[in-house]
Amino acid sequence: MVQARDAEGFLGRSIPRFEDAALLTGRGRYIDDLGAPPGTLHAAIVRSPHAHAELVSIDADAARALPGVAAVLTGEEIGALTRSMVVGVKAPVECWPIARDRVRYVGEPVAMVVATDRYVAEDAADLVDVRYRTLPAVVDVRAAVEPDAPVLHDGLGGNVISERSFRYGDPEAAFSEAPHTIGIDVTYPRNACTPIETYGVVAEYDPGEGTYDVLANFQGPFSIHAVVARSLGVAGNKLRLHTPRDSGGSFGIKQGVFPYMILVAAAARATGRPVKWVEDRLEHLTASVSATNRATRIEAAVEDDGTITALSWDQIEDCGAHLRAPEPATLYRMHGNMTGAYAIRNVAIHNRVVLTNKTPTGLNRGFGGPQVYFALERLVFEIARTLKLDPLDVIRRNLVPSGAFPYKTATGALLDSGDYPAALEVAVADGGLTELIARRDAARAEGRIYGIGMAAVVEPSVSNMGYITTVLTAEERARAGPKNGAQAVATIGLDPLGGVSVKVASVPQGQGHRTVLAQIVADELGLDPAAIRVTADVDTARDAWSIASGNYSSRFAPAVAGATKLAVDRLKEKLKRVAASQLNVQPDDVTFKGGKLVAKANPENAISFSRVAAASHWAPATLADGVDHTIQETVFWTPDELVAPTADDEVNSSLCHGFIFDYCGVEIDRDTGEVRIDRYVTMHDCGRILHPAMVDGQVTGGFVQALGAALYEEYAYAEDGSFLSGTLADYLIPTTMEVPDPVILHFESPSPFTPLGAKGVGEGNCMSTPVCIANAVADALGISDVTLPLTPSKISEHLYAPEPEPKEQPKPVADEGGRKLRGEGEAVVAAPRQKIWDMLLDPETLKAVVPGAHSVEKVSDTLFRADVTLGVGPVKGRYRAEIELSDLDPPEAVTLSGGAEGGLGFGRGTGRVTLTERGPNETLVAYTYEAEIGGKVASVGGRLLDGAARVVIGQFFQALARQAGGGGSGGGVMSRLKSLIGGGK
Amino acid sequence: MKPAPFDYLKADSLSEAAEALAEAGEDGRVIAGGQSLMPMLNMRLAKPSLLVDIMGVDELGRIAEEKDTIRIGAGVRQAKLQAWDGLSRHLPLVAAALPWVGHAQTRSRGTVCGSVAHADPSAELPLVLTALKGGIVLRARRRTRTVSASDFFLGMMATDLKPGEMIESVSFPKAAPSTGYAFREIGRRHGDFAIVACAAVVDASEARLAVGGVADRPMVRTLPLPVSGDFDDALNEFAWALNARDDLHASARYRRELVRRLGRQSLEEAARCRA
Repeated sequence: MVQARDAEGFLGRSIPRFEDAALLTGRGRYIDDLGAPPGTLHAAIVRSPHAHAELVSIDADAARALPGVAAVLTGEEIGALTRSMVVGVKAPVECWPIARDRVRYVGEPVAMVVATDRYVAEDAADLVDVRYRTLPAVVDVRAAVEPDAPVLHDGLGGNVISERSFRYGDPEAAFSEAPHTIGIDVTYPRNACTPIETYGVVAEYDPGEGTYDVLANFQGPFSIHAVVARSLGVAGNKLRLHTPRDSGGSFGIKQGVFPYMILVAAAARATGRPVKWVEDRLEHLTASVSATNRATRIEAAVEDDGTITALSWDQIEDCGAHLRAPEPATLYRMHGNMTGAYAIRNVAIHNRVVLTNKTPTGLNRGFGGPQVYFALERLVFEIARTLKLDPLDVIRRNLVPSGAFPYKTATGALLDSGDYPAALEVAVADGGLTELIARRDAARAEGRIYGIGMAAVVEPSVSNMGYITTVLTAEERARAGPKNGAQAVATIGLDPLGGVSVKVASVPQGQGHRTVLAQIVADELGLDPAAIRVTADVDTARDAWSIASGNYSSRFAPAVAGATKLAVDRLKEKLKRVAASQLNVQPDDVTFKGGKLVAKANPENAISFSRVAAASHWAPATLADGVDHTIQETVFWTPDELVAPTADDEVNSSLCHGFIFDYCGVEIDRDTGEVRIDRYVTMHDCGRILHPAMVDGQVTGGFVQALGAALYEEYAYAEDGSFLSGTLADYLIPTTMEVPDPVILHFESPSPFTPLGAKGVGEGNCMSTPVCIANAVADALGISDVTLPLTPSKISEHLYAPEPEPKEQPKPVADEGGRKLRGEGEAVVAAPRQKIWDMLLDPETLKAVVPGAHSVEKVSDTLFRADVTLGVGPVKGRYRAEIELSDLDPPEAVTLSGGAEGGLGFGRGTGRVTLTERGPNETLVAYTYEAEIGGKVASVGGRLLDGAARVVIGQFFQALARQAGGGGSGGGVMSRLKSLIGGGK
Repeated sequence: MKPAPFDYLKADSLSEAAEALAEAGEDGRVIAGGQSLMPMLNMRLAKPSLLVDIMGVDELGRIAEEKDTIRIGAGVRQAKLQAWDGLSRHLPLVAAALPWVGHAQTRSRGTVCGSVAHADPSAELPLVLTALKGGIVLRARRRTRTVSASDFFLGMMATDLKPGEMIESVSFPKAAPSTGYAFREIGRRHGDFAIVACAAVVDASEARLAVGGVADRPMVRTLPLPVSGDFDDALNEFAWALNARDDLHASARYRRELVRRLGRQSLEEAARCRA
């Protein structure tokens, strides 16, 4: 137990966290642990296996007939109960939580099955027969802006849903005057700070009141409450949204649960029963949300000494298939900070927000920062390389100077506090940069591959709720009315026994709200932190809240903890007056110490805290004059500095700005291309530190996820939009085995704009670390084109000498880099050539030889339809297949092309079969094929597909041989066939 | 992520398990440690109608030392084998490979024979079984047959196991005198599926290299000793013959490079161990 100390407070010390006992003993209360109301139904979602297709038909009769199924809801039924979700830009698009007439990404909901339990719901989901007409998909964001790209939303006419250009200072003049223009093109991949707890929603509808009650592990911002209420067609006060006490991680991602709140709420209304849905891992990886991927061209006007006089940004932002609220916030969150930590007065920005056939994006730790700093800090490194300067000197030369704070950036951010040059020098000295450089030199002298990278970053926190309107023109903003601010709210209350409760409208995801708020209140009231009860979940029906409520943009320490400080201060003033009248002193002479209110001049003259605290309940008449009550104080706080964007498009997009300077040394294994981080130093100025261990925990957590982004993680899509990272064996999150301990340094410049002087700290390493590591790898390899994640395979392209060719075997045909499965094989069949030819064209034979065929129907001479079960080992699925014959050259060759679609996914392919006479009763059947596979099997078993295709195609020819040769040829031929076919080539 | 309905039989004896599987044929599956099958069931990639749980069958849970081999029953968990005190003496290659099989948590559930039955092309246990020329005992009702590892693995998750059959045990030849063994693996993270795994066996007469993670099954080839002049060419031919492909985690070229590098390193290490 931590004892209250008089000399110094609890704030600023690493007291044990009050959250931990429950979490470490399995007593966390996560959404799936909370009891659902009696009679709750369970939902499962049928999702699109295609990235882009028209919905031709949905036949749910068999699913509805399954015992235990309450409803199958398609886009039509959901559409009748809801409205399209609000979109953040003016554009002729609709945004539904379920597909209406078209699917636009793999995993898009197509139907929702509601049943007595999740097992039955999934059984029924398997029975929903959805027919699609596939459309060309576009995945690459640069390709999506081309005029010939497939268009996702016909009303848009293209895929660019928002385009704006900005100009600050005089960038044209700066570029024409500067001796150097240095630019790079970078691509930031899709990734996400994947929480282990997935989405969950329990919804009820009360037809008597016409109200919805939604429990969801939503994290805010609660501006989304308005989006959900409007989509459900109810007033805000008829949507109660509440959250569980504990979160199994969010990192922004849990904001993206809101379309499912609408779906589950609509299902509750449709069935008249409570409905629960918990997302599974495949659903989460495929179709929750991720960060945006972005293609950026950035150029700098540079003096000979490395001084940057202007920046020019061209950003193409990929928000996926729909622009879901609050997007395109990822792009505009950083708008005030497009010059990073540098004093650059001339800036040009061209922003395009683009839709592609990928999962819609949303909040993610770092939110726009990783994308911006990857471009900016790679550019700084390239400037140093090009001008043969030390990257550290280029950073030093351009930093916002000491003494310039608060500093207004060219694009409108007001950098609140700091001393960037001083913090940098502390980091250089205390982190051991000189020693690191010596290590690099020594390693290189031994022929090892070693590099050093750096990054200087400004970490914004406490988002301005108005920054997103920068996407609109000044005229559009004027018409819509200004948006700004960042309302934080805290309530402090005293119960009849004198206990202190704190309630904040936030949704903790591990930030230690209960501990830190207890520290703050305990210090002010002279109590033990353990005596303070803190509640930090949100209930919109009962709590004080506003649109900015929630836990995002690192707002806890600066805003929520700050509001709590103001609330306790207000209560404290009243309690002083109550106590003063009883102690016969002036209110200002009362202090709070050790559970008592004490007269400063005479410590013997004291009254217990609980007695003063309880007075308002038991004896309100005894309160001092002018004190109405001391039962509860609620404080709403919004900083004055967060104003709406100006007519010149300047925007103070965030209230606080931390400073980070990182550097690291990496070594690359010459044989394997693996990157080993030798030393990683990260310097943070996050203002006043409230709980040092938790600050370091935030830094370490961000660092781990950033390391994942740098080296391991990518939401990978095939060219046809198939999603390829549907398991945690393909989406690789670093584990403790892969993560070195960073050296964490601090520099404290309290923010003048927050009540406690604190700033956000949780997201900074997601911004600084990926590019810091990328710069180190660029330094190690002497390359300028660096794309994340830096997999050993990718790095190895820079390591190896030309490959020795095979001498005794043909070199395989070079793979075009696509995802096509290619193969070839041959089999000797003991039958005349003509007989085999006839068999290939005969549905009865095909039925016998097509692996697992239940029926084969001859539609025309060259078109067959089949119902087949295909599989490899235990993995089996039933498919509808269509096979077309073409390029017939009887009896020598034929091309088979077709596709199959079923519950596990779909495949398309073509194969060319040639028949060569070996003898009167012996034919060589040779085949080549090319296939593409998508859907669930591609998402979860990508690395196995090639082998699987080979097995299935092998089965076909095995069966053909068996059918043609019968049993007469003996086992010898069969086993020979098997070895030939099974192995492919 | 809930499995489709299935029947579940917890067998008390080998004969009961074998009988039930023979009865079920194509639609029956053994469930042992469940580390591969359970995810496949939950994702509905596999929908067997009957699962026969063999973990209650005592006779399948044994590690038996025979004259020239170590026989491992179908119910022996990987962690049990890893903790077996005869492991490093009799099966040094298996001892070297086991830490690479998944994670401590999965090894505490997963079985040796389950990994063999699953036949993932990246799996370490099928690889070392192939490298050591081990065997698999298959049972259909009361009839058993033994198949060599090289004949058992046919391709991607494809084996010679017939419908209605089950693996009763696998047998690894005991370490021979004057033979060296080595195991190397590269994966993205510790415990991930191998991008390339190499198992090397070097004795007085030959050097044998088995490679996993590249072809659709473990592939083994006898090569000249690394000191010989034609070694590099022979290893290069092997690397190309594996028909590597690009996937999400590694390019075909990268896999071939690793086969050449890890192949040499592991054979050299095995040769050193022999000496």
